[in-house]
Amino acid sequence: MRYLPLTPTDRGAMLSRIGVDSIDDLFIDVPEAARLDGPINLPPHQSEMQVERDLFAMAAQNKTASTVPFFCGAGAYKHHVPASVDHIIQRSEFLTSYTPYQPEITQGTLQYLFEFQTQVCELTGMPVANASMYDGSTATGEAVLMAHRITRKKRAVISARLHPHYRGVIDNLSDMGGFDVASPEDSINGVEDLIELIDDDTSSVVVQYPDFFGNIMDYTTLAHEVQARGCLLIVVVPEIISLGLLKRPGDMGADIVTGEGQSLGNGLNFGGPYVGLFAAKEKYLRQMPGRLCGETVDADGKRGFVLTLSTREQHIRRDKATSNICTNSGLCSLAFTAHMTLLGGQGLRHLAELNHARAVQLADKLADIDGVEVVTPAFFNEFAMRLPAPAAQIIEALAEKSVLGGVPVSRLMPDANMDDVLLVAATEANSEADLEIYEAALREVLKGVSA
Amino acid sequence: MNEMTPITKERKQTFTGHQALILEEKLIFEIGSADKSGVDLEPVPEVTPRLGDCMAPSKPDLPGLSEPEAMRHFVRLSQKNHSIDAGLYPLGSCTMKHNPRLNEKMARLPGFSDIHPLQPVSTVQGALALMDELAHWLKTLTNMPAVALSPKAGAHGELCGMMAIRAAIEARGELETRRRVLVPESAHGTNPATAALLGFKVDEIPANADGRVDLAAFKEKLGDDVAAIMLTNPNTCGLFERDIIEIADALHEVGGYFYCDGANFNAIVGRVRPGDLGIDAMHINLHKTFSTPHGGGGPGSGPTVLSDRLAAFAPLPYVVAGEDGFDLIELEAQSADQPFGRMVAFHGQMGMFVRALSYMKSHGSDGLRQVAEDAVLNANYILASLQDVMTASFAGPCMHEALFDDGFLKGTGIDTLDFAKAMIDEGYHPMTMYFPLVVHGAMLIEPTETESRDTLDLFIATLRDLVRSANAGETERFTNAPELAPRRRLDETRAARHPILRWQTAEEAAQAAE
Repeated sequence: MRYLPLTPTDRGAMLSRIGVDSIDDLFIDVPEAARLDGPINLPPHQSEMQVERDLFAMAAQNKTASTVPFFCGAGAYKHHVPASVDHIIQRSEFLTSYTPYQPEITQGTLQYLFEFQTQVCELTGMPVANASMYDGSTATGEAVLMAHRITRKKRAVISARLHPHYRGVIDNLSDMGGFDVASPEDSINGVEDLIELIDDDTSSVVVQYPDFFGNIMDYTTLAHEVQARGCLLIVVVPEIISLGLLKRPGDMGADIVTGEGQSLGNGLNFGGPYVGLFAAKEKYLRQMPGRLCGETVDADGKRGFVLTLSTREQHIRRDKATSNICTNSGLCSLAFTAHMTLLGGQGLRHLAELNHARAVQLADKLADIDGVEVVTPAFFNEFAMRLPAPAAQIIEALAEKSVLGGVPVSRLMPDANMDDVLLVAATEANSEADLEIYEAALREVLKGVSA
Repeated sequence: MNEMTPITKERKQTFTGHQALILEEKLIFEIGSADKSGVDLEPVPEVTPRLGDCMAPSKPDLPGLSEPEAMRHFVRLSQKNHSIDAGLYPLGSCTMKHNPRLNEKMARLPGFSDIHPLQPVSTVQGALALMDELAHWLKTLTNMPAVALSPKAGAHGELCGMMAIRAAIEARGELETRRRVLVPESAHGTNPATAALLGFKVDEIPANADGRVDLAAFKEKLGDDVAAIMLTNPNTCGLFERDIIEIADALHEVGGYFYCDGANFNAIVGRVRPGDLGIDAMHINLHKTFSTPHGGGGPGSGPTVLSDRLAAFAPLPYVVAGEDGFDLIELEAQSADQPFGRMVAFHGQMGMFVRALSYMKSHGSDGLRQVAEDAVLNANYILASLQDVMTASFAGPCMHEALFDDGFLKGTGIDTLDFAKAMIDEGYHPMTMYFPLVVHGAMLIEPTETESRDTLDLFIATLRDLVRSANAGETERFTNAPELAPRRRLDETRAARHPILRWQTAEEAAQAAE
């Protein structure tokens, strides 16, 4: 077995040093009833080549984003990741190390986490950020719990235009933890009346930016109104590249900002692993979940970094901890930081402008088709449109023409009466030719529908 | 190894601050510049912006680097890290084993890495097939009927298992009465934190003199208000809970559920199936037992297997096999069962699923059994080779890790932390320190099955030499350590007292200090 260094001779010699006759003697504490007579009924070991053959075959059955005109978003975005990013994260010293428990020999990890935190602060406009969470949805769930702790209240008001999966995570945590949630009626655009839903037991208001249907709006007034009622405003950013071009949530007055960092440095990966972003106002620092990396000095006075404020965490506080979270998304946050470093502020702005321009071009092309209506007035790189037929059906027909044309809202919100609404994203990964192919394919598919 | 190299008291100072291969590296914010970029992008086509009133007045204030500068920055940082690829990393309970590169190659196949979680199900049949096959391996290895793949990490899997238990209790109409969760005092901190998050009251069970759950004390705590026990097996002392079946039976008799923390499944995989022990839910850390890389603290992956009593409550989404291929059940309305809800956006850590399946197929049923046996053999070899000079906390055999306490350091003026830091100078990542909490100054050593006998022999000889040194009064070797690492001991008190959590310009920093 290629991954196991011990030889039969080694094993024999080691057993005799230990003073037992056979390996079974080391498993004597296993109750007899649970000892297996023979091997478990699964295939035997395979060579590298055999494993590759199996997995190649499975991989070949999937239609990949880079090989077709591709327009899916809804919380996961197709972007081009520079080749150097993958080389950096495959460095053995990053890939095969663990949480930096011994800072003297993990300064590499600690320094990039410090850089990551700084980048997240700058992008969101917030003074403190943690060293990452599992993903955007779980970061948002944690933000709601944090607001409950800070205000000692138990209810969250949630925009109906928060990503339905993020909403699902909050609902589940609330249900299980004995908390409440409230939301306005479903709507595709316009201003939601969230303030009227705030009551005495409300800790926070959660909005998405850009929202699930792609809308962008300035939340400055909302922040004031929410805070005047003793609540926190949580702003959720599922497409981090948007902050290369949009006003920052921190500048609008957000109390907590969560986000999905996948778009920087990380591939689509069928939904994971991704990297959750979490930033807050400084006064809430000690209620934050997750790992924090801080600057200090070593015994020689040289600058160095350590994990800090761990008295918030489960391994110290146990059942009094701010969260049960133990890991972060280390390697994905490294990919984020490497990609962000390659871009710089100027590159990110350029990238964001390119995304927006492609989306505007696409919206104009598609809106030109009979029966298609773009319903998101202001957007970044994703918008919603109404179709003259159920979106799920159109998407299947487009897929047969090798165009992955977006995400039907009905897949995530079956009860919202939006079967005809499709979410469409365009990024720098789409060429102008892609846009034309999409337009032509949609025209053809819709012709079939009306005929 | 008896002759010790004299310790360098002071390192030679250099003009650059570099020390040969250890290169000092500033922060990006100190070396980058606002007008630099390592990415060439197409020109932006002329369009009328449709950003409403949300356009930012200026670009983000973040410096960039060209590609060669960025490579050098991150490569220099990497050289300040210890890693499994470079040396033994015996962190107990963390399972730092070799990460096969085939797994990395497979996870990067565009067919897995370049597919969107919400593209039509008809275009991702291979991805769903992979998830289904992974589920089959996990269910078969554990002898459990169901598995929830979506949890993002071990602690998240724990949350999943406890949520399923809570949902089952609710379905029985006993949510008001079953409030207590029993947690052994040796448990990972995540266990009580998870139970508390769900509103349960944590009740600690003491350990007995053997380092295992005190069966009599456990039985005394049983009652019809007990929701569950959260037990790690093999436990955090590296021992198999001998009474586990009796514990499960007694618990089931009073209507409680058995949550097993599967962090240490690597010790028994292929030899013992948790389903045969009476377990109702157990998370599996794919990054431990199935070798997906730890990546500096994540991403992890924590699929959670469920018993017949809990299977109906598994969270959304999950994969089902139909006549026309695989389908995803993403909504409660599509499910024939009573899913408790959603733990995460999308479907879980696909990148980790590919790596884990590649690992399982490489080892096969026979190889996985050998994995457990070699892991246990290596740990017992360390225990047997050190217990005459260090204090083994409990009698062996141990499972995959060997636990020592600081008894052997009594009177030397050296503590567990000093001992660990001295190991750094010898080129080792220290073992887990001060955990579990049930012994004083714990040192938990987990070698894993991917270490050779030669590596273990040198490690054992090194620790024996350190013990000799401690007993001989050579305290400076410990209290000054590490002296040869990229940094010496860091001031953690200062970091916590005046937290600096992001880079600031000199002016900003001065302002903040006021």
